[in-house]
Amino acid sequence: MDKSSETDPAPDVKASRPTGASGEAPAIEVRALRKSFGSLEVLTGIDFTVARGEVVCVIGPSGSGKSTLLRCVNRLEEPTSGTILVAGAEVTDPDVDIDKVRRGIGMVFQSFNLFPHLTALQNLTLPQRRVLGRGKEEAARVARERLARVGLTDKESSYPAQLSGGQQQRVAIARALAMDPELMLFDEPTSALDPELVGDVLAVMRSLADEGMTMLVVTHEMSFAREVADRVVFMDGGVIVEEGSPAQVIGDPSHSRTKSFLSRLLDPAAAGLSEDRARGTKE
Amino acid sequence: MSMTRRQRTRVIRSVQYAVLAVVVLAIAQAADWGEIQRAFFDVEVAKAQFPDIITTALVNTVIYTLLGFGFGLALGLLLALMRLSQVPPYRWLAIVYIEFFRGVPALLVFIALGFGVPLAFQVAINQYVTVMLALGLVGAAYMAETLRAGIQAVPKGQTEAARSLGMSQGRAMVSIIIPQALRIVLPPLTNELILLTKDSSLVYLLGLSLSQYELAKFGRDALNQNRSLTPILIAGLCYLVITLPLGHLVRRLEARTARAR
Repeated sequence: MDKSSETDPAPDVKASRPTGASGEAPAIEVRALRKSFGSLEVLTGIDFTVARGEVVCVIGPSGSGKSTLLRCVNRLEEPTSGTILVAGAEVTDPDVDIDKVRRGIGMVFQSFNLFPHLTALQNLTLPQRRVLGRGKEEAARVARERLARVGLTDKESSYPAQLSGGQQQRVAIARALAMDPELMLFDEPTSALDPELVGDVLAVMRSLADEGMTMLVVTHEMSFAREVADRVVFMDGGVIVEEGSPAQVIGDPSHSRTKSFLSRLLDPAAAGLSEDRARGTKE
Repeated sequence: MSMTRRQRTRVIRSVQYAVLAVVVLAIAQAADWGEIQRAFFDVEVAKAQFPDIITTALVNTVIYTLLGFGFGLALGLLLALMRLSQVPPYRWLAIVYIEFFRGVPALLVFIALGFGVPLAFQVAINQYVTVMLALGLVGAAYMAETLRAGIQAVPKGQTEAARSLGMSQGRAMVSIIIPQALRIVLPPLTNELILLTKDSSLVYLLGLSLSQYELAKFGRDALNQNRSLTPILIAGLCYLVITLPLGHLVRRLEARTARAR
């Protein structure tokens, strides 16, 4: 499933992606975004851009606003102020046809959110038929193709409850892909999985990245961010503290908040920390 | 007298059995079994009730119940959605409706629809329609609250997933939320069906023709003709034929829901 092993090492694969084609609007553009829940201000002025074909990983401690930022992009959360453009269309415009905008944005949730009353195949065909108006045959054909892509051809008639967490999440990715999105949002896609099931999901995401899909990924998987992301954004306290290449942000962070977050993650291999230091912060 | 705790428990248990045995024996002794059998289970009278009690009365009870249940479920779903509406007046209307029809005896609704409406508006309503409306209007109030609870029990992530795929609020409700809500409330809805089965006996108020008789009215008529309780007993058993399997179904559905959690 990991296609990068067949081709060149990771850095070359990244370079071959059509990053930020000139003349086109960026995939996502966020300007001065603020979001409050009551008196609690979760996002306090976010500006950032994701180019077409780019893979951006958002990291940061829990409560830093990463998921809220992601959910503002397809307006599952209503921004308090600021502007968000997706492929040049203003998502935050009150008059925008939000259902139409969302068709182009695939979203993958931490808790999968498959429809439990439908089989894997029906999970993929129902949205295609009801939202895109595809015919029965075409929807089934696309659905089978996407299920094959995530390696679950043999599970098409299984109900979500009969699948493992990793399989459910891959069906959820396939469901989003069946809508032919231009952009994929991942909200901690592996956080609810048992450790041994994380690999399959990450492999699917990696192959998507290799195919040039624009991806915005909120994650705690530092090795994934380091290997797959074109850019890493570190958020803390509702602001972007630091952003740059994975080598910069994860390998050699310049801000103390980034450093302390990475050392707390206890991922010495990814953070490039000595074992002593990792052990020292464990207590 | 010193008894161990276990001995004392055994003595108390024995006394309880003894009291029960004495009471049962006394009743058996005092009762006139021939009289009781004549009153409650006169074989000739019982035979005379068949097949009409099945082909007419039982069938009509089922028809009345299903008509009322179908209409009540549709209206109940509408009321549940109104109750959850973003538009306050819809919510208020639904609350007023639910509170009114839950608080008023079904008997009054039957009288109002069967006699009040035809008198006041000078219209003749088909008997079956009257039954459907009367049972449905009352049933809807209960079912609306059940369905609302079911809709609210579907996790928020389901709506979010549906919306993120580009479904409108209404489409998400129809294709994703309501099918799951109905599964959740299947046991309480089946209970509602049992209650409606029994409430359908109120139809007797409406003055039915022979072919419209349902179980309760049939039993009462046969009681007058035969001066025997037998028809009532048989009618009661016929209700059990309907409600016991439904009750069994509810328990199985509840067990299934409990396993799925």
